[in-house]
Amino acid sequence: MSNPLADMDKPDVIFCIGTNMTECHPVAATRLKRALARGAKMIVADPRRIGLAEIADVHLPLRVGSDVSLLLAMAHVIAREGLVDEGFMAQRTAHGEDFLKHVERYTPEWAAEICECDAQDIEKAALLYGGADRGAIYYTVGITEHICGVDNVQSLCNLALLTGNLGREGTGVNPMRGQNNIQGAGDAGALPNNYPGFQTVTDLAHQEKFHKAYGRKVDLEVGMTKVTALDLCGDGIHAMMINGENTLVTDPDRHHCEHALKSLDCLIVIDIFMTETARVADVVFPATAWAETDGVCTNTERRVQRLRAAVPPPGEAKPDWWIVSRLAQRMGWKGFEFESAKEVFNELCSLSSTYAGLDWDRIDRGEYQWPVPEEGHPGTPRLHEERFENGRGIFKMLEYRDPEETLSEDYPIWLTTGRRLPQYHTRTQTGRAAGIDYLLSEETLEVHPDDIARLGLEDGGWAEMSNPRGCLHVKVRATTKSPKGTVFASFAFEDVPVNVLTGGGYDPVTQTAALKACPVALKPVGPPPALGGAPGPQPGLGRL
Amino acid sequence: MMKRNGSPSANGKGVRLTMTLDGEKVAFNRGETIYEVAERHRKDIPTLCYDPRLEPFGGCRLCVVELEGARNPVASCTMEAQPGMRVRTRTAALETQRRILMEMVASENRDTDVDPMHGYASQEMAELLDRYDARTGRFEGAQSGASRDDDDNPFIKRDYDNCISCYRCVRVCAEQEGDYAISIMNRGFHTQITTEFGGLLKDSACTFCGQCIQTCPTGALGDLKALANKDVPGETKKTRTICPYCGVGCAVDVMTREEKIVGVLPAMDGPANEGSLCVKGQFAFDFVGHPERLSTPFIRDEKSGQLRPASWDEALDFAAGKLKKVVKDHGRRAVYGIASGRAPHEAAYMMQRFIRGGLGTNHIDNCSRA
Repeated sequence: MSNPLADMDKPDVIFCIGTNMTECHPVAATRLKRALARGAKMIVADPRRIGLAEIADVHLPLRVGSDVSLLLAMAHVIAREGLVDEGFMAQRTAHGEDFLKHVERYTPEWAAEICECDAQDIEKAALLYGGADRGAIYYTVGITEHICGVDNVQSLCNLALLTGNLGREGTGVNPMRGQNNIQGAGDAGALPNNYPGFQTVTDLAHQEKFHKAYGRKVDLEVGMTKVTALDLCGDGIHAMMINGENTLVTDPDRHHCEHALKSLDCLIVIDIFMTETARVADVVFPATAWAETDGVCTNTERRVQRLRAAVPPPGEAKPDWWIVSRLAQRMGWKGFEFESAKEVFNELCSLSSTYAGLDWDRIDRGEYQWPVPEEGHPGTPRLHEERFENGRGIFKMLEYRDPEETLSEDYPIWLTTGRRLPQYHTRTQTGRAAGIDYLLSEETLEVHPDDIARLGLEDGGWAEMSNPRGCLHVKVRATTKSPKGTVFASFAFEDVPVNVLTGGGYDPVTQTAALKACPVALKPVGPPPALGGAPGPQPGLGRL
Repeated sequence: MMKRNGSPSANGKGVRLTMTLDGEKVAFNRGETIYEVAERHRKDIPTLCYDPRLEPFGGCRLCVVELEGARNPVASCTMEAQPGMRVRTRTAALETQRRILMEMVASENRDTDVDPMHGYASQEMAELLDRYDARTGRFEGAQSGASRDDDDNPFIKRDYDNCISCYRCVRVCAEQEGDYAISIMNRGFHTQITTEFGGLLKDSACTFCGQCIQTCPTGALGDLKALANKDVPGETKKTRTICPYCGVGCAVDVMTREEKIVGVLPAMDGPANEGSLCVKGQFAFDFVGHPERLSTPFIRDEKSGQLRPASWDEALDFAAGKLKKVVKDHGRRAVYGIASGRAPHEAAYMMQRFIRGGLGTNHIDNCSRA
């Protein structure tokens, strides 16, 4: 996030897009609700009538994957109505004039054809955001998990640059990170293009710095992304070490993923449970879990906080850092003689520009938000206050692109996926916590009542959902939360593995999978045998 | 509950606002209530309906103070401090009034002492009864509130026989959570906390965040998961850490007894959450001690093709042997590392150090692209 969580109480206009915050980041959503109670207005762009949409002033039920068209049209209206922040644009941005010209042709009427929203609602949303003294944008993976994920994010940045909604209280472009330490994993250098602290691997000075620290020269060449690596399993990549990820279930196109992992000569998995992914490994190392591990995590507002062990781990489970460092020692490598999490974290701080002013003891109370460039620096709750790191905020001239797969006669329904409040990801944890099943014990496919009638489905009955990648059976639930023509399921339950269907392409820059827009076919089927249906093979994970 | 400790500053015009508190001249900030000023000066005014995160309510009347010029004592939690005010927070008359109030409050409840596992604020009433020596039973008789034993939810105990109608639960649900799942039915002695149409919580707008439990000062509401552990032996120890689920980074205090997690409390001073939690952070902690946890390394048996338990020595050597063979056969660029967004920094850092410092490549990523 560019701004701290505490700023979420303070905007005049909130623009949430591709974020089901009341279910995925519930505590952050309470701050937005407090802002609304104070009189703030809210725009929610999401195909589904999610919880936030129910309390929004404007809900834009856009078609999955059409965000760029909507955001171009909003920029068009803001420019046309003279709501641009000219001072901010002149002092802090580049290519503003080009952008104003660029958006001249993208009228709300043009966008309405693509995003299937009402042109007047687009206009209304643009006037709200453009007219705000403090406008804040919040988004989650509904923005990034598309073939145009980067374009989507840059479209949001364009809006913020246009209206000067950056670097001030209650403003910003704020991604809500979905996992407790997904920010920290990147900060710590688990990226193919960056050393710790986002220092690029292609820079000779950085190479030299880490050569000195690690006693080994690292390639100047950017590594491959996980997506490419999975594509090249058995053909270039022959060993993988996976830490705390149920790759088989969470990644798109499960058949492809399963095939990839099985093609390896060596798969090492470090986890706390025997997950679906661990089951296909050659070696499984037992890790200590949350509340058993001392360590550090960084939240969505870049706040660096301590994790503390409260109970001993089961049996011989060990901290992840211990496992990997001991394996390195068995490889015969020097420099891996770490004895504590503190020692590991302090080495990270000593090599990271963003954590340079931090160490294990200094973060004890969780008061720092990075960057903290040197000791004594108070941290940076709000980014971009005086200037942008790279000088000026650059407008990007973007065009709308269709998703890689679009609707056809054979696959006429959009499937979009996400989380639900009580369950987390593949239920590795929440599925083993007593009581959670009381709130949500099975997956259902959310279908608009008109689609149920049109497709011959039944509320509470079963449907076969398929596309060329796979096929599964799922119970149907009628709800107007889904728009007509779009259905929703979570990927939480292993008996409804929706990721056998997803996988229609990747963002070309980040290689983030297009998990949010996937054409499928739906037809009624009987209940599975266990529930009294006719005996016969469940399609399960089988290919069509 | 969480205390506000901001020290007073000049009011912008260079004039310090002052009032007299128990004979002492004290400074305050514009907009502060008498209660807030008094708290900062450790006057320890008793309250039952007060939660510093919520709007002042003035329901329990325990926080009344004597204000010079006012005919009756005033509720300090709702009265804004004004320059020149002369306030007494503890006089014989006030203490007598508070004691009688506590005797009356206690008389309506079935239990005056509840297990601390009920929730964060659950001991507030019992502590005040002790402080005012108010367990006299003078007003024993009718009791108010009707418990909802029919609510079969596994998280929130709804024992309204012990409700004192402070409305903290209703207010935290509305003001803090913005959910408005519970409300107040009837008036006076017949007041009852209820959901819309008087149904079960799961059929209401309740998200089971547990905030109502944690603010309840009497144990009328209780954390059923923690209460299930109330007989686990040992002292309750609290460890400050961060919730393991989404990226908001809510601070929690994990309650343990000996080697078992017995419950979770929200950290009122957590910088990201300021006391809030969701259903997962509050209740989904018991995967930690689950019997299916991995407790030993496993390696794939060369003969049977099955995974079998192994010692650390054997498993580390086995893994290193396999990796060395891959490096020998296919080169150092044939090894790939995937770090977790669910494990701490040290895990991700060590994984990239393994790939970079060990193999000299940048074949490292984390799970954020999926």
